[in-house]
Amino acid sequence: MRFSALIFFLLSLLAAPLLTGWIVRVKALFAGRRGAPVTQLYRDLFRLLRKGAVYSRSTSPLFWLAPMITLAATVAALALLPLPGYAALIAFPGDLILFAYLFALGRFFTILAALDTASAFEGMGASREAWYAIFAELILFLGLATLVRFTNSLSLSQIFESRAVTIEYADSPALALLLVSLFVAMLAENSRIPVDDPATHLELTMIHEVMVLDHSGPDFAFILYGAALKLWIWAMFLTLVIISSFPSPNSLRPLIAAGVLFIIATAIGIVESVMARLRLERVPQMLMGAGALGLLSYIILG
Amino acid sequence: MQTVIDIILLLVLLSDLYLLSLTRLGAAIRVMAFQGVLLALLPFISAGGILSLHGVIIGFSSLAIKAILIPRFLSHAAREVRTGLEIDSYIPYGAALVAGMGVVLVSFWVARKFALPVTVSSRLWIPVSLAAVMIGLLMLIIRKKAITQVIGYLVLENGIYILGLSLAAQMPFLVELGVLLDVFAGVFIMGITMNHIKNYFDDLDVDNLTILKD
Repeated sequence: MRFSALIFFLLSLLAAPLLTGWIVRVKALFAGRRGAPVTQLYRDLFRLLRKGAVYSRSTSPLFWLAPMITLAATVAALALLPLPGYAALIAFPGDLILFAYLFALGRFFTILAALDTASAFEGMGASREAWYAIFAELILFLGLATLVRFTNSLSLSQIFESRAVTIEYADSPALALLLVSLFVAMLAENSRIPVDDPATHLELTMIHEVMVLDHSGPDFAFILYGAALKLWIWAMFLTLVIISSFPSPNSLRPLIAAGVLFIIATAIGIVESVMARLRLERVPQMLMGAGALGLLSYIILG
Repeated sequence: MQTVIDIILLLVLLSDLYLLSLTRLGAAIRVMAFQGVLLALLPFISAGGILSLHGVIIGFSSLAIKAILIPRFLSHAAREVRTGLEIDSYIPYGAALVAGMGVVLVSFWVARKFALPVTVSSRLWIPVSLAAVMIGLLMLIIRKKAITQVIGYLVLENGIYILGLSLAAQMPFLVELGVLLDVFAGVFIMGITMNHIKNYFDDLDVDNLTILKD
């Protein structure tokens, strides 16, 4: 089934910006506007790719390298993600640790590049990003631990294959807790609204956006595309957790997955429309709460 | 049925953890009332279709006391003593939540070693009740003001109530009614004490009691 995995991989690479576009569209609809077309991000990417990049004299080659490494790490993480019903492009026991750390690697280089510019604002954004990531990573690992314990397998592909048979209805409260905690972690990891506002343009309050202020041209295109891909992977991860918990025929799964993905993106858009950003020191509190839910979900499987 | 019981017990546990992290008194009282409703539902559901007079009485009396009377009394007391709306704590939010999760872990671990004379209908009964008792104790310890300590006391008592319900068939219901009455009297007395503390110190901070001298 390597062939279908390859198709899924390429399709994800192509379709990832659509997810971001749809979230922006949902927000626009909520605000009563027509909004940008769903394909807007593609146009932005092509525009940026045609431009040249500007590098400050005070930056080192690291600054030029970091966006590429971040994008490469994200693409590698995508290769580990199985298509519902089929194995992933790359699968081996323990690949879920690699999955988590590829995100960490990408973040590490984004932070390094931000520090490399020696801009006060970017340093501040980097500090916040690292601070929140501590909690988000914990939640991701708790969620992965729960899934591993649930299915007794150590590879993402196996986890999402075997769950369909082993799940019991009685465990659905644990599943609900897991989903809520992972959803919050997704919002934090992808700098969505209760944590960070992707649409803000005030350097003092930005977190992810402020770190990439100095990047331009193709570098910035890599960053934008990497962010869209990361969101796609996280949404897909949640989708897999959901659909592998309920029995469904293998051939229908990609369709169901697309539907669930659509619902998750809409949910993110709604959350972004109805919620305001949390105060800075409230964010770790929310993330700790989500972590508590994840831990609880792990415990009650007992 | 079992899933419904599981969900109710989990909601009780979550509301306990939420109480640990709340910083507003009004919200805490509302959560207590919500928890009272959840607890009042339990005897009806755990009966499994056969409603005994025993279960009905316990359900309705706990609805009346836990969901209506005590929250009303608490909000009345909060207004009367004009205490601040903020909940003061000796340890910060994060530490309280971590301690709370630690307590939950311990109670799930201890519950495995619990040899009960009866089989309970959900494997969450015992751990959730133990966790509620210990979270209640934790709240009693970390809160600064008398009125917020009362909430810890109520959480603790709700844990005992859950434990009692799991043995409902064996436990004479006079005992349970006695417990309910105890709680009500306890909250009442604490209300009066709070008034006295307030009158003497213009504040409900129990730290004031340590500087008492004659």
